Amino acid sequence: MQKNKNEVWAFFASVKLALFTFFILAAASIIGTLIPQGKEMQFYVDAFGPGTAKLFQIFNVPDMYNSWWFVSLLVLFSLNLIVCTIDRFPNIWRLVTMDNLAMDIGRILKMPKRQTFQSDLPASELARAVEGMSTSWKFDKAEKEEGILLAAQKGAWTRLGVISVHVSILVIFIGAIIGSIFGFKGSVMIREGGSAKEIYLHDANNTKIPLGFEVRCDRFELQRYNTGAPKEFISDLVVIENGEEVREKTIEVNDPLKYRGLTFYQSSYQPLEDAYAIKIENQKTEASKKFYIGPGSAVEWKEEGLKFGITNRMGPYGMGEYRHKIWFNDTSQKPIEFWTEEGKMVIVERPEADYLFSLRPLYYTGLQVAKDPGVWWVYIGCGIMLLGLYVAFFLSHKKVWIYISEKDSHSRIHLSGSSNKNKIGFDNDFSALSEKLEQNDSLKLIRE
Amino acid sequence: MNSSQLLGFTTFAYLTASILYIGIFVFRAKKLGLAASLLLIVGFLFNTGGIALRWVESYQIGAGHAPMSNMYESLVFFAWCIAIFYLFLEFKFKNRLIGAFAVPFAFLSMALAGLTDPDIKPLIPALQSNWLIAHVVTCFVGYAAFAVAAGMGIMYLVGSTSVEGGKEKNPNGLLATLPSLKVIDDITHKTIVFGFLWLSAGIITGAIWANSAWGTYWSWDPKETWSLITWFVYAGALHARFTKGWGGKRIAWLAIIGFLAVVFTYYGVNYLLSGLHSYGGA
Repeated sequence: MQKNKNEVWAFFASVKLALFTFFILAAASIIGTLIPQGKEMQFYVDAFGPGTAKLFQIFNVPDMYNSWWFVSLLVLFSLNLIVCTIDRFPNIWRLVTMDNLAMDIGRILKMPKRQTFQSDLPASELARAVEGMSTSWKFDKAEKEEGILLAAQKGAWTRLGVISVHVSILVIFIGAIIGSIFGFKGSVMIREGGSAKEIYLHDANNTKIPLGFEVRCDRFELQRYNTGAPKEFISDLVVIENGEEVREKTIEVNDPLKYRGLTFYQSSYQPLEDAYAIKIENQKTEASKKFYIGPGSAVEWKEEGLKFGITNRMGPYGMGEYRHKIWFNDTSQKPIEFWTEEGKMVIVERPEADYLFSLRPLYYTGLQVAKDPGVWWVYIGCGIMLLGLYVAFFLSHKKVWIYISEKDSHSRIHLSGSSNKNKIGFDNDFSALSEKLEQNDSLKLIRE
Repeated sequence: MNSSQLLGFTTFAYLTASILYIGIFVFRAKKLGLAASLLLIVGFLFNTGGIALRWVESYQIGAGHAPMSNMYESLVFFAWCIAIFYLFLEFKFKNRLIGAFAVPFAFLSMALAGLTDPDIKPLIPALQSNWLIAHVVTCFVGYAAFAVAAGMGIMYLVGSTSVEGGKEKNPNGLLATLPSLKVIDDITHKTIVFGFLWLSAGIITGAIWANSAWGTYWSWDPKETWSLITWFVYAGALHARFTKGWGGKRIAWLAIIGFLAVVFTYYGVNYLLSGLHSYGGA
């Protein structure tokens, strides 16, 4: 039983399994990029034939990345990571916390990187002098049977780099799981001047869920470049909670509104075919008012004694815009008619006062709504991964030993060292230390 | 003087430099060395100037943005990254033979740019973000390292044909001028390591950007998925080397296969698959 367990453990801890899952995950991922995802069943029947489409359905190919078998591969990948990390950690920790003074002298003397010196000073005095030297190494000291051993190291912690990269992937997965359990993704269309208390989830039934507050869209604006290409989608949003306006924000793509753990992203728009916003201002008194109006109907601005409506429209022109014919009357009872261009001001000259008149189409703003309490785990995981990769690849654990043996009032100083990575960089460090020892007048060393 | 002219000179300079570097390798003409390096540096300066000028021009026509927004601009930037990365290697390892296998990539990238629509277009709303520069720079530094690693992989495979049973077949042959296989193997590995760090950063900046624009950091869009596939290939190569001691021809082949995945992620996905990154094909 014990042996059996060890075999299973060894299987999940193995690099072979890691290489295998890399390969399988990569190969499987390709399938999902070649076969379009998230289409209706009929699409697959038309494109691949009924037999293949049936097979796709069994293996959930249309939603491959969420299919049982792909998720199982990700679970296998995670198990491999967890077991391998637990398996290797004690060994790595031993290397991090190892007492370098307990190192066998014989091994120290045989390290590939070494240099020997001689001196007429006694060992104890040499050891004190080395300890007092100002170098970037901090030496610890131990008395040995036939001499004194000094040891120093740098970057022992860098051995944890690899582990932290592996852990970071698990942290990202934890974030993804938290997001998929406690979060949701949905969307909602709100017409200008309108508001929403619910949104629709991106699930199979487009489930309607309440927000717990109200979001109003005061204005949507579609800005275009001269070429007609869209420049920016902008929505003025207001959050209303318990009848009070608690938050206002103008959102655009790449700049969402966040409220109570929910984020509202500008994602699309749609023109209302049957409604327009009219803004009119008395130039003399600067009194102004906004009206929402449909085609073929008229509205009244009682305070000013005005009445106007849309009687005709022409278009669409180049960028899908229309021109509208306006019927306009005031207390003078001499109605006039004029054409407007979307978004452009018209000055209406009347005996009583001049009016600034503008008409623009109304839109629905399309908002993506997301709640993802796991996203900070994902970001922290990403941060750990980058730091971990940097540490694992570019920083090394460097050790140096100085063993001083004394015989017949004559000392030999053995300097040796090792590094787990970046041998060339360590060579330079080692030479620098070696020269520093040699040039230190109080040591009186002679290179052998 | 406008950016197109400067970038035209760049293409020409990279082409000539490539020919010289290949000449150094084929004819063992070490005398060409200085000329090749100077030409490459001149090309690199033109490249830099071209990118800077295009940045200025985009503001002049009112479409102001960093020149990293479409296929043309990214190819030009890719060439720039390859050139500076190779120049760094040449400086560090004092060896010009790598150039024959690396500089042609810079030329090819510029040549491909020449076949792409160079019009400066204003940014669509989704691209208007500070993450644009961070994402493109991290990705392309990684891609450039992988391009050079693939070049070194080819170099290794070419070099290994002259070595049999650990001994060089013909000490006076063409391939005898190559650095020792051990050195090539080591530089290939280090280059992959460097690229892997930047590719990871590229994927992460992309994920953060996607989350701030759309509310999803990962949506299995073909570009995302292919970047992950590429990441797996190199992760596999690194694990095989660190734990199984893989080296030599196997790593050389993995460097080449990895770069093919990079090319598909970068170029193939835009033209063959559709997805959120579709503006890259414009």
